[in-house]
Amino acid sequence: MKILIIEDDKPSAEYLKKALGEAGHGADIANDGESGHNMAQSGAYDALIVDRMLPKKNGLEIIADLRDSGDATPALILSALGEVDDRVTGLRAGGDDYLTKPYAFSELLARLETLQRRGLGVESETLYQVGDLVLNRLSRDVKRADQTIILQPREFRLLEYLMRNVDRVVTRTMLLEHVWDYHFDPQTNVIDVHISRLRAKIEKGFEKPLLHTVRGAGYVMRE
Amino acid sequence: MVAVPRVINTTAVRLSAMFILLFGACAVLTILYMTTVAASFVIRETRFAVESEIGELAQTYSIGGLRTLVRDIERRSRRPGAFVYLVADGRGRPLAGNIGDLQPGILESSGWKGQPFKYARAGETRSLSEMGDSAPSAVAYVLPFQNGIRVIVGRDLADPIRFRTVVQRSVALALIMVGIGAFFIWFLVGRRALRRINAVSAASDNIIAGDLSQRLPVSSAGDEFDRLSSSLNQMVDRIEKLNGGLREVSDSIAHDLKTPLTRLRNRAEDAIRNGETKDDYREAMHGMLGEADNMIAIFNAMLLISRVEAGYTKFTPVPVDLGEIASDLCELYEPVIEDAGGHLKNNVRHGLVVNGNRELIGQALTNLLDNATKYGLPGGGDITVSAMKTSDAVTLSVIDAGAGIPEADRDRVLERFVRLDASRTSNRKVRGSGLGLSLVSAIMKQHNGMLELDDARPGLIARLVFPIGAFKNPS
Repeated sequence: MKILIIEDDKPSAEYLKKALGEAGHGADIANDGESGHNMAQSGAYDALIVDRMLPKKNGLEIIADLRDSGDATPALILSALGEVDDRVTGLRAGGDDYLTKPYAFSELLARLETLQRRGLGVESETLYQVGDLVLNRLSRDVKRADQTIILQPREFRLLEYLMRNVDRVVTRTMLLEHVWDYHFDPQTNVIDVHISRLRAKIEKGFEKPLLHTVRGAGYVMRE
Repeated sequence: MVAVPRVINTTAVRLSAMFILLFGACAVLTILYMTTVAASFVIRETRFAVESEIGELAQTYSIGGLRTLVRDIERRSRRPGAFVYLVADGRGRPLAGNIGDLQPGILESSGWKGQPFKYARAGETRSLSEMGDSAPSAVAYVLPFQNGIRVIVGRDLADPIRFRTVVQRSVALALIMVGIGAFFIWFLVGRRALRRINAVSAASDNIIAGDLSQRLPVSSAGDEFDRLSSSLNQMVDRIEKLNGGLREVSDSIAHDLKTPLTRLRNRAEDAIRNGETKDDYREAMHGMLGEADNMIAIFNAMLLISRVEAGYTKFTPVPVDLGEIASDLCELYEPVIEDAGGHLKNNVRHGLVVNGNRELIGQALTNLLDNATKYGLPGGGDITVSAMKTSDAVTLSVIDAGAGIPEADRDRVLERFVRLDASRTSNRKVRGSGLGLSLVSAIMKQHNGMLELDDARPGLIARLVFPIGAFKNPS
C-alpha cells in the first residue's frame, strides 16, 4: 500500500514512514498543507494520513477539496484536539476515520488497513469465510464445519466485523466503534471478555484456532 | 503625613468643597435679598411716616400760614428722634429746621426723594464734603411754597443702615461657621475614609504580592466601605479556593503521572540491567507501552474534564434515548460483571429521551458501570441500572451492593484524582486514575444536570439527573 503522510511535525512524520515501511507499506511525506494537497492530487496513493492542523492549508480543507474534485482516496485524520464534535466535523469533511494524538502505531496501522480494505468491495459480499467458518450476512447463519453456531445479535456483529477484516488486526477501540458505536476508550477488559465468549463459541470442539490475540494491538481472524 | 494631592483627590474633600460653594452662594443671595427687601421696606415705612408728618404740618399751615408753620418746624426739630426738617429761601439758604447743609440738587425739584441723599445736621462744624461717606443720609419730601420758599420734611436713614449691617455681619458669620464646619467634615469623614482606604490598599498589596490568606479590614460600622470590603473578601475567598483547587490538582497530576512514569523508568532500567534475550527486552517494552497508554488515558480524561468544566466542549444537544444507551452499555458490561461473579439487571425501558450528547452520556454511564464492577461486587451481587421520570427530571441510576461511599466522602470523590483509601489499598488489585467520577460529574454539569451519590444500604446509588427542559431548544 502506498501512503501519503501530510504532517508538519517532521520527527513524527519520519517515525510514521519508518513504521509503515516495517509493516510493508511505502510512504511519502508532505510537511505542509499545500504541498500535501498537490501530492495527493497526483492520485498515486492508496491512503492518506492527514494531520488536522497544518501550515498553509488545514487538513479538513485538503480532504474537502479532494472530495469535491471526485477523489475518494481513503483518508485518516490525525488530530491533537480530541473534542467531542471533532470526529463528526472531521468525518463530515470527507475523512474516513479519525484518530486522536497521541495514538498507538498499532491502532493507526489497523485502521489504515481496514480503510484500504473498504475500497475493495468486501462490504457488499454476502458470505464471509475464514477456514471452515462461514458467516452468511443475509440469513445471519454462522456455521463451522457445517455445524450451526448460535450467536447473540451483538456476537454476530462482532464476528462479522472480525471476519470482514480477515488477516487484519482490529483494535479494541475499533471494535467498540464498529460493534457498539461508541468512540471512547474501553477502560476495563470489557471487549476481551466478549471476545473470549465469542472464541469459546466458534472454537470449542475444534482444533484449529481462528480468532487470535495480537499482544499490545488487538485481535485478528486468521486461518 | 498625607500628600496634598491625595488629600484633594479624596471624595470627602471634593464633597465638602462643593458644599461650601453651594452654601456660600446661597448665603450671598440671601444677604442680597434680605438687604434689598429690608431697605425698600424701611424706605416705604419712612415715606408713610414722612407723609403723615406732612399731613400734620399742612394742617398747621392752613390755620396759621407760613410763619406758624416755620415756628412749628423749629419746635418739632428740637424733639428727640426728630424728623429732618429744612425751610429754605429762594436761594437755598436755610431759614429754619435741623438740617445745616445739604447735598446739592435736592432743592431743585419738588416731590418725593426716594434716593437717599447726604446732609449735615444744623450745628455740625465740618462741611458736607469733609464728612464724606460718614455724613448722615435721609429720604425726604420737598414742598414748594410762595416766594421760592421750600420746605423739606424727611427721615434720617441711620437705623435702616444699622439694620442692614447687622444682617450682613450675621450672614458673614454664618459663612465662616460653614467653612469651619466643612473643614471638620473633611477632617472627620475624609481623613477617616482615607485611613480606611489606605488600610484596604495595604491589604490588597499583600494579596497581590501572593498572600491569599489576607483579608481586607471590615469594621463594625456596616457602611458602604464594609460592604465593599466584604464583597472583595468574598472574591478573595473564591480565588483562594480556586487556587487551592489548582494546587491540589497539580499536586495530584504530579503524583498520578509520576507513579506510572516511575514504573516506566524502572522497567527500562531493569531491562537494561537484567535483559539478556530479545524476549526479555520485548517483554519490558510491552510493559512500558502499557504504562505509556495508561498515562495517555489519564491525560485524555484530564483534558476532557477540564474542557467540559471550562465549557469548551461544544456539542449540539439532540434527543438521546437513555434506554438505548443503557441497553447497549449493559450488554457491553454484562459479561465482565458475570465473570466477576455478579449479575447485571437493566430496568430501563426504551423511549426515555433527554437532550444531550450520546457519546458523553455513554461515557458517563460506562464510568459508573466500571466503578460498580470494580468496587460494587464484593464476591458477587447485583448491579441494577434503572431509570425514573418525574415532572422535572429524568434520572438514570446505577445501584450496586458494594461497600458504598461514606456520606462524608461523597462530595470529595467528585474532585479530580481523589481515590478513597479503601480503593487504593483494596485487596483486589484495582487500577484507577481517580478521574472517573469527576468526569461523570463534569459531563452532567455540561448537560445542566448533576451526578448524585446516595446510600443503597448496602451499596452505592449513583444517579445521573437530567433536568427536563435543560436544553429547551435543541437547534
